[in-house]
Amino acid sequence: MSYFRAENLSLHFGGLKAVDSVSFAVEKGEILSIIGPNGAGKSSIFNLISRIYPPTSGKIFFEDQDITQQPAYDIAGLGIARTFQNIELFENATMLSNLLVGRHRHSTTQLWQELLFLPSVRAGEKMHRRRVEQVIEFLDLEAYRDKLISGLPYGVRKVIELARALCSEPKLILLDEPSSGLNVEETEDMSFWIRDMKTELGITVLMVEHDMTLVNRVSDRVIALNYGRVLAMGSPSEVQRHPDVVAAYLGA
Amino acid sequence: MRFLFKTDYEDDIKLFPHSGYVISYGLLLACLLIAPFVLSSYLVSQLVFVCIYATVGVGLMILTGFTGQASLGHAAFLAIGAYTAAYLQQYNVPFPVYFLAGGLLTGVVGALVGFPALRLTGIYLVIATISFAFIVEEILARWETVTNGNEGMRVKTLSLFGQAVPRDGPTFYYLCLAVLVLTIVGTLNLLRSPTGRAFVAIRDSETAARSMGINVSLYKVKSFAISAGITGLAGVLFAHKLSFISPEMFTLQLSIEFIIVILIGGTFSLHGAVLGAIFLVMIDPFLTYLKDDLPGIIAGVAAAFGADSITAGKIHGNVAAIASANGLKGAIYGIIIVLFVLFEPLGLYGRWLKIKLFFQLFPLYKRATFKRQKIYVKSERNR
Repeated sequence: MSYFRAENLSLHFGGLKAVDSVSFAVEKGEILSIIGPNGAGKSSIFNLISRIYPPTSGKIFFEDQDITQQPAYDIAGLGIARTFQNIELFENATMLSNLLVGRHRHSTTQLWQELLFLPSVRAGEKMHRRRVEQVIEFLDLEAYRDKLISGLPYGVRKVIELARALCSEPKLILLDEPSSGLNVEETEDMSFWIRDMKTELGITVLMVEHDMTLVNRVSDRVIALNYGRVLAMGSPSEVQRHPDVVAAYLGA
Repeated sequence: MRFLFKTDYEDDIKLFPHSGYVISYGLLLACLLIAPFVLSSYLVSQLVFVCIYATVGVGLMILTGFTGQASLGHAAFLAIGAYTAAYLQQYNVPFPVYFLAGGLLTGVVGALVGFPALRLTGIYLVIATISFAFIVEEILARWETVTNGNEGMRVKTLSLFGQAVPRDGPTFYYLCLAVLVLTIVGTLNLLRSPTGRAFVAIRDSETAARSMGINVSLYKVKSFAISAGITGLAGVLFAHKLSFISPEMFTLQLSIEFIIVILIGGTFSLHGAVLGAIFLVMIDPFLTYLKDDLPGIIAGVAAAFGADSITAGKIHGNVAAIASANGLKGAIYGIIIVLFVLFEPLGLYGRWLKIKLFFQLFPLYKRATFKRQKIYVKSERNR
């Protein structure tokens, strides 16, 4: 059985088939990239997995558990974290509190304990902070701890969003265009981090990406989509040579 | 300028970042403690109102400032707290019990209001909370067996541990102050723990909050409940302060006053609730002054500029008519809100922070320091 599996996943908006019975599987510890032209349904698949949209039909399995009907907030609790294509950070908060929100699924304290700020809450806060600091070190974000997100440049925000996802200690991470808006160097950093996430942290990565250099550098396997359907699946070079993929990008 | 050298995670957790805060807040607390012995009874009475309004402000701040859910129904929550106190008092329930009961009942009602509010955002949520307030007002007027209808209810003098605590005395002031301080400390505790961060996350991006594992609906309901509960506690004190409550005291105007408290104080910090409360309580004597003295002064100025007594009399009459016109208070409130939203969206506390920074950086302050900051009250949200 695969680690993560989508079976005949469909998402229709009226007559528009954004995702049209897509099936794929992600093995534990691999980096799987989804590529495709604009509007191919890549981000929609992510939104289906993180339950922002309910699927029209089809099922999603994670660790052999059907998560198709789980509420959106439970997905993170299962160990699936995600980033967004257009950064969704908490703008009017510091980076530190953004990352601490990433720890939310690990918090165990009750409301009344927090009102009194009992020692258990204090200890929990310190534990969360230690974990957050590990992520900060991993992604070189030391300079921004107390900075408000609204004042930070785009490239840094992109990394902070990745950091927030990592803070939840996910087993599977969904990266929605991790390199969009980044310059060449930042993209290179990103590719190293993605590889490190796999090798050092043992996180399985599912990512949507347009930058083929990044895709080639990090991916174990690639899925090409167009019009909500799977065109090709396989190693990066196989997929890029596939005639349907060439046709989708360059025209027949 | 002071640079904090942090050596421990504790440095980011503790309430007072450095000794300067301890000293200044200690001094403030000392001043507040000796206030009843120094100030006139009128001013102490105003301070009691400041404490009550600030408590409500803190409650509303949790909901509107930190969770991003607007509410124009807080007068109703205050009313529920006040009426609970007045009702239970009839059965000789001791103060600590009906004080907590008022808060608890209001909290439960707040949670119930929170449920339908889950699907509403922005202006629609405001409308829903206004309708809730109208419903409560109507219930208070009609449910005569409990609330005594439009005739209102008398609230007996508070008695604490067998001691009478008159509403004008220093003990009552200390009680209100203690409730305010404890509310603020509790809220600060909440804000530095997971729940508070979840509130802020919901304010800034519900989608992201959800994908981080925050049960948005649950936390919105929690926020409503906490906010309403605090307002209910303030309502109990409010009832005692006024010693008489009737439905027409808890109108939409009162809810708007609470919005003014947080909007003018600054919606991003608890300081704002206190500053806004001071502002609001001060505005009333100012309006009275406007009514009583302004016509005479303007007529006097006119006379000094050579107007004859008939013209001066006319001016006096006209100004007096405007100053005592119905709804002037509401109009002035409206103008204040508009001006603050336009020119000082960060409120009084935001202004204070700017002034503080000016002196900290002196002479290096740059005029554009706050130019890029985009902070807004979220009334229109699409997620």
